[in-house]
Amino acid sequence: MKPWPASARLWWVLAGVPVAFLGLFFLWPAGTVIVRGLLGEDGLGGGDLAGALEVLTRSRTLDAISTTVGLAVAGTAGSLLLGLPAAWALSRFSWRGARTMRALVTVPFVLPTIVVAAAFSALFSRSGLLGSWGLDQSVTAIVLALVFFNISVVVRIVGGAWESLSPRMADAARTLGASPARAFVRVTLPALRPAIASAAAVVLLFCSTSFALVLILGGSRVSTVETEIYLQVNQFLDLRAAAVLALVQVVFVAIALWVSARARAPRPPAAVETARAPRRRERWGIAAALTPTVLLLTLPGLALVERSLRTVDGYGLDHYAALLGEPPARSTLSAPLWHAAVTSLLTATVATAMAAAVGVVTAQLVARRSRRASVLESLVMLPLGVSAVVVGLGVLLTLNRSVLGVDLRGSWWLVPIAQAVVALPLMVRALVPAARAIDPRLRAAAATLGASPWRVLWRVDAPLLRSATAASIAFAFAISMGEFGATAFVARPDRPTLPTAIARLLSRPGIDNVGMAFAASVLLAALTAAIMLASERLRTTVGAEI
Amino acid sequence: MTGLAVRDLHVTYPGTPPVEAVRGVSLDIAQGETLALLGPSGCGKSSLLSAVVGIVDASGGSVAWDGEDFARVPVHQRGFGLVFQDGQLFPHLTVGANIAFGLEMSGVGRAARAARVDELLALVGLEGLRDRGVTELSGGQRQRVALARSLAPRPRLLALDEPLSSLDADLRSRLAVEVRDILRAEGMTGLLVTHDPAEAEVMADRVMRMADGRLA
Repeated sequence: MKPWPASARLWWVLAGVPVAFLGLFFLWPAGTVIVRGLLGEDGLGGGDLAGALEVLTRSRTLDAISTTVGLAVAGTAGSLLLGLPAAWALSRFSWRGARTMRALVTVPFVLPTIVVAAAFSALFSRSGLLGSWGLDQSVTAIVLALVFFNISVVVRIVGGAWESLSPRMADAARTLGASPARAFVRVTLPALRPAIASAAAVVLLFCSTSFALVLILGGSRVSTVETEIYLQVNQFLDLRAAAVLALVQVVFVAIALWVSARARAPRPPAAVETARAPRRRERWGIAAALTPTVLLLTLPGLALVERSLRTVDGYGLDHYAALLGEPPARSTLSAPLWHAAVTSLLTATVATAMAAAVGVVTAQLVARRSRRASVLESLVMLPLGVSAVVVGLGVLLTLNRSVLGVDLRGSWWLVPIAQAVVALPLMVRALVPAARAIDPRLRAAAATLGASPWRVLWRVDAPLLRSATAASIAFAFAISMGEFGATAFVARPDRPTLPTAIARLLSRPGIDNVGMAFAASVLLAALTAAIMLASERLRTTVGAEI
Repeated sequence: MTGLAVRDLHVTYPGTPPVEAVRGVSLDIAQGETLALLGPSGCGKSSLLSAVVGIVDASGGSVAWDGEDFARVPVHQRGFGLVFQDGQLFPHLTVGANIAFGLEMSGVGRAARAARVDELLALVGLEGLRDRGVTELSGGQRQRVALARSLAPRPRLLALDEPLSSLDADLRSRLAVEVRDILRAEGMTGLLVTHDPAEAEVMADRVMRMADGRLA
């Protein structure tokens, strides 16, 4: 059965859509960054590797590199340390509250990084809930924030594998004379090893691209390659150094991706119901396994809400009210914060429309496996393999001028373009499995009933993909709303988005500024969480039937 | 020459080495007759059926209906119906909409569609389930709907690929008799593929055995 598009020519014509989009808005910008990093300002002339070496051997750079590696390793270790027990407690047993716990664990993943950064800053800054711990602008605070973010990755990947692992295997080991501990070490753990490795690799990748967390929580004391890129662009105006550092970041992410590709977990077989009610002693184990996670996941949020309500004289909604009024005198904002919220909604809408138009076509082209399809898929996934900071820098370096007769200098359009590039791979990744999940025999059935390839597309594929498409659009929208890494480079100072406005408020002293930043963070969190929730619901209601 | 004529049909799946699933099969099915192809799994019977229906390309030989060569006729214009082992009902459509799908494709009007759907629901014994979602059906009900869906546009030939294999033994023997009676009542030409000799015996007028890609 030949699926749509039936002819090779049509496939290539349609493939032009993602190729043109990514070529102009991603390959050219990212390529420019790499070339500039290697060869210097003027590009081709002679080459200037000595200059690149000079940047690389600066003590600032070496510091940033070692901090990046250290943070990534510590964040990954911490995520596994808390995530594995949580995965055990949530995948092995069914108990009252397990569903709520699972939802709680996934919350951080849908939160914009800037909100998490604000929440940890609210927790650890000097007047915060745990301000007395002295973790303000410390590496420890950043690592905790990284763990906060990535527990959900470990629980999802390892928990998923654990759920589909039949407990019979361990039972078999027990009947052969193994103690529970030995059965775990000899049977369960080896079966989980691919999933654990895969989760660790993904977390490593996320930890090495955690720009906003380090920028906000590290302050002037901790800097990684990404924040160093940002500083070079914004404070020292040294684009050459930024490009060299971006090259380093690309190498970092490439290594992390290579590790995660090698460690990719085999897809677990269809989920079987293996969870059971815990026995008495196991209940204590579950409580012990989840307590640190619950504390880590709830305290920052509580601190954020508390600080957003704390005023000079007690508690009140002053900071929320301030979102509507003129910005405080000592802030660097030039317009009320609700303007930033409107800008965010607008740019996210445009970015989502772009990503959706390109993503839906691409998913169809990629769904049926072939060599050309896998080449196209890798191309579309490429932005994931480059940190958002590099995407932002690239767009700034290349598109901030007249392109094909359109003047993009300082243009508002750069923001949605950068956001669409970041959202596209995630969108395609959400859509392709749904398209592949449609049994090809279902299309064959429609064809034997007289449906032409176009009608099969319209009457079988389209309705079956509707919920997945809607879910991925909502997902792309939430990503764009919270996007910070790329947006920080291209958003105009006089028209910040909600995340960049929050970052600016947080960097200024004064309870007005910080309180407003916290209030805006709560608002942004509520917005994206609502969208993500809608997306999740869209996916599960109809999608579950196929 | 009326009915189906298959001549020296070959089906080869690409790969290294390529798999020759069907190696030169010739057979005829007269109009109104039901032929059963019986054989163990992997003998090529399903590939043969798929090539006849057109959802798999033949690598050699010909499939003709009433003397007209179907090599270049795409699946949706052949007018051959197919019942899959696991039904392959459209999950997003109701029972009635599933049955009406083929009628809609051939441009049958709304009123005529509704009448034919009711007729078929009665034929397969599922009156009253028209507006039910197909995910709520039992295995036996699903196969009845699949049969009704394939019969609705009055195909020239109905191909049945292990239509009862996914059902339990008791239901299987009952449905085998029912399906045979339905095919007879409709005057349908049928090509049945099965690994169950009893089922072949009950449902078909004629049984041929297949092994290793050839007729035995």
